[in-house]
Amino acid sequence: MSERPMSTARDEILASIRHALNVTAADAPRRAAVAARLSAHAKGIIPQRGQLQGRALIECFMSQATAALATVVEVSEKDVPGEVARYLRENNLPATLKMGSDIRLNALNWAATTLSISFGASDGADLNGLSHAFGGVAETGTLVMVSGEDNPTTLNFLPDNHIVVLRAADIAGDYESVLGKIRDRFSGTLPRTVNMITGPSRSADIEQKMLLGAHGPRRLHIIIVA
Amino acid sequence: MTHVATTPQFKQNAHEALGDVQLQQALGNVRTGFIDKRAKAAAKLPEFEALRDSARDIKNHVLQHLDLYVEAYEAKVKASGGHVHFARTAAEANARIVEICKARGAKTVTKGKSMISEEINLNAAIEAAGMAAVETDLGEYIIQLRGETPSHIIAPAVHLNATQVEADFRRVHTHLDAARDLSQPTQLLTEARSVLRQKFLSADVGVTGANFLIAETGTSIIVTNEGNGDLTQILPKVHIVIASLEKLVPTMEDAAQILRVLARSATGQELTVYTTLSTGPRRAGDVDGPEEYHVILLDNGRSNMLGSEFEDMLRCIRCGACMNHCPVYHAVGGHAYGWVYPGPMGAVLTPTLIGVEQGGHLPNASTFCGRCESVCPVRIPLPRLMRHWREREFERHLSPVLVRGGLGLWAFFAKRPMLYRFSTGLAMRAMSLIGRAKGRFGWAPMASGWTKTRDLPAPQGATFQSQWKNRK
Amino acid sequence: MTVVENRPRVGLFVTCLVDLMRPSIGFAAVKLLEDAGCEVVVPSQTCCGQPAFNSGDKATSRDIATQVMNAFAEVDYVVTPSGSCGGTLIKHYPEMFADDPNMAGKARAFAAKCFELISFLTDVRGVSAVKSRYNGTATYHDSCSGLRELNIHDQPRKLLGTVEGLSLTELPDHDVCCGFGGTFAVKYGEISNAIVEEKTKNIVSTGAHLLLAGDLGCLMNMAGKLSRQGSNVQVRHVAEVLAGMTDLPPIGAPQGAVK
Repeated sequence: MSERPMSTARDEILASIRHALNVTAADAPRRAAVAARLSAHAKGIIPQRGQLQGRALIECFMSQATAALATVVEVSEKDVPGEVARYLRENNLPATLKMGSDIRLNALNWAATTLSISFGASDGADLNGLSHAFGGVAETGTLVMVSGEDNPTTLNFLPDNHIVVLRAADIAGDYESVLGKIRDRFSGTLPRTVNMITGPSRSADIEQKMLLGAHGPRRLHIIIVA
Repeated sequence: MTHVATTPQFKQNAHEALGDVQLQQALGNVRTGFIDKRAKAAAKLPEFEALRDSARDIKNHVLQHLDLYVEAYEAKVKASGGHVHFARTAAEANARIVEICKARGAKTVTKGKSMISEEINLNAAIEAAGMAAVETDLGEYIIQLRGETPSHIIAPAVHLNATQVEADFRRVHTHLDAARDLSQPTQLLTEARSVLRQKFLSADVGVTGANFLIAETGTSIIVTNEGNGDLTQILPKVHIVIASLEKLVPTMEDAAQILRVLARSATGQELTVYTTLSTGPRRAGDVDGPEEYHVILLDNGRSNMLGSEFEDMLRCIRCGACMNHCPVYHAVGGHAYGWVYPGPMGAVLTPTLIGVEQGGHLPNASTFCGRCESVCPVRIPLPRLMRHWREREFERHLSPVLVRGGLGLWAFFAKRPMLYRFSTGLAMRAMSLIGRAKGRFGWAPMASGWTKTRDLPAPQGATFQSQWKNRK
Repeated sequence: MTVVENRPRVGLFVTCLVDLMRPSIGFAAVKLLEDAGCEVVVPSQTCCGQPAFNSGDKATSRDIATQVMNAFAEVDYVVTPSGSCGGTLIKHYPEMFADDPNMAGKARAFAAKCFELISFLTDVRGVSAVKSRYNGTATYHDSCSGLRELNIHDQPRKLLGTVEGLSLTELPDHDVCCGFGGTFAVKYGEISNAIVEEKTKNIVSTGAHLLLAGDLGCLMNMAGKLSRQGSNVQVRHVAEVLAGMTDLPPIGAPQGAVK
């Protein structure tokens, strides 16, 4: 007398779905349709606003990000440390900075400033964090950040003030383009965390009045580098 | 905080809500704020209507192939180092989550905002197991202090004003200076930020929901404005995602389609501040992020909805637009609905999940004005689904005897035109004579629900059909 | 897109509320239709079946629907002075019979010849103006079914704009429900009252003397609230003003009352 294996929750749920849809697990055309859709990862409707090019693209990014209450400037790469120092000074913030090991940031001439810089993930004690974005999306002024030692995710959330360097060439019109790049760059498995960030943290939970700095950064400063 | 449904007492709940002056004032925010913002956001995006169709089609496709997307998703989660646990019921989901927490010796569990966790009453299970559950979304935190449930699916504390929040903070944050000034909302926010920052940093486990689960990559997506969901998932050693089956979408491109209509429909923002894609635990070489990643995939009645008249409800992306536009929600607020989900989507979903015997008031308490359907980003025919619940009740003889009887009487006459014309001819002449002087009635039998607060206009006299017959 | 045939035969579906409570709306509809060159007939009728349909009684809805379709079989068009009854005939009759192969086509064909009154005049008969007059300010409420099921919005405003002496002022939240909802107004009377109170607040804020809409159910609800509040605002069906038939007392007013 053989024992029937106990059906697991997984078995029962899949069986319940199949019963409701009146299909079987073995249905080959269905499987093929799903496999095809997954491998094609076709784009759907891309808004016009997400299809701009050239200068219009950059300006769309800047105006959208500004509307989301980030601040945005354009500088040349060598001027980034000076811009960071200026930003902190003008906002009456201490001249301290935490960043990851992103070579594009590390290689800049920080010695030309008086900033006191430390490296690594944030533990909650940092007031100012600096990251380099993977990309940007012009249609909503959104930064795309990718986890890892180069730009730890905690830097996106724990410091009060978040400064992000974004290359103009990495700005795309629509989300799909940047997500597609991530898919290609990290073939196999996505990074642990991809953050799409549009402006500083906020909440409207008290009487529907919007206030900045809910749990994440109060300020988001974006430095676009040509 | 219990989750016994008070939906059977909906009328009493509504009565109390209508008399609650402070609540009525707070509900004014819903009517003005959300509606204008959504309209502006939709107007600014020429492709908005087409994107609604696209979102609907993506969801329909997934539902028709849900079993296969579940399998594909599960495989990808495992391949990226995560774990998938299947839960047929709320109890199973809670048991899995508590097990994972206990295995890690957890004391504190932080939570991102998750309506599913409300549905399964997760916090009670965590606390019963001797651990602390800390809500980190500001609105959820506030109502947790008050022992309340959310009154709106995206703005949990919309029923409160700042004075009430101040009182709660003073009552609970006793370690702070009693003389501190909390008269401004920004001060309340600053205080919440620093109190919760400590909890984020000391949590052992973080639990979030998921707005989407991407089958292609084994990824969960959350959308927030505060960043609390992110601090909940990246700081502790364990990240648990609790999500129901219908959150699945095929690819990142599909998620992007629906993201374009989600925030616009919910708050009128083009995109929420934080849209986060999480895949598995931290990688070798990462310097932050959780060490373990678990996904609890919950059925809890979803598979029963597939293939039924209520299948369309599974498209819901929990934006809240329906309740933002609903005249009934505007009048009574979310708590009157008596369970987890308020507004039109709650009116359809509640009987599905707790039974129409308990939840029947909700699909009946609607004028079928259709505003909900007109703003639903995935075009769910909400009034039709509510009507289907009324059909179920009728078939099972669950409607009140008087109502069924009254309608039965009406039907009897309506199917017999000659008898109808005769009887109504007499009745209308009589009523017209009685009501002639004032032209209206201040009271009518069986109609006190109307006449308590309104007059009932009197009929003009002879019916149209009798006058038409004489005209010929 | 207007089709001006030679004297189409229009079956007037007068609606049970108009038939019983305010026949003058029916006569206004007849005048408007005859002025637009139609021959009007009134087949034997009771109700469109909406109360049964919305209460979940599918069998009774189908019986009544079948009765209506049979009674109106020999007309070119079925026209009704109500957005909600119109919605029932046009959208819900096909729904009622969607899974009945014998009746599905019949219901769809029937629905295709059904129209709400005002939109029939403008969209089918090409009426662009009326010859009536009304001195005073009016405001217009968009009844939900007419607005959302049948897209009636511009048409009544267009015709009202041609009524001499009438000044139309836009109602704040004109597209928000008045709280009637059929049996809802009685079953959930308190909530219905809260909703209609918001509506009358908006009506009074316009300063208009006259409230108009295309559905008698909504009109009775709003009139009943206005009169209980002691308001002087008069309430009529839009067809009455367009047909220039405003001699009878408005809705809910004493029989002796004059305009």
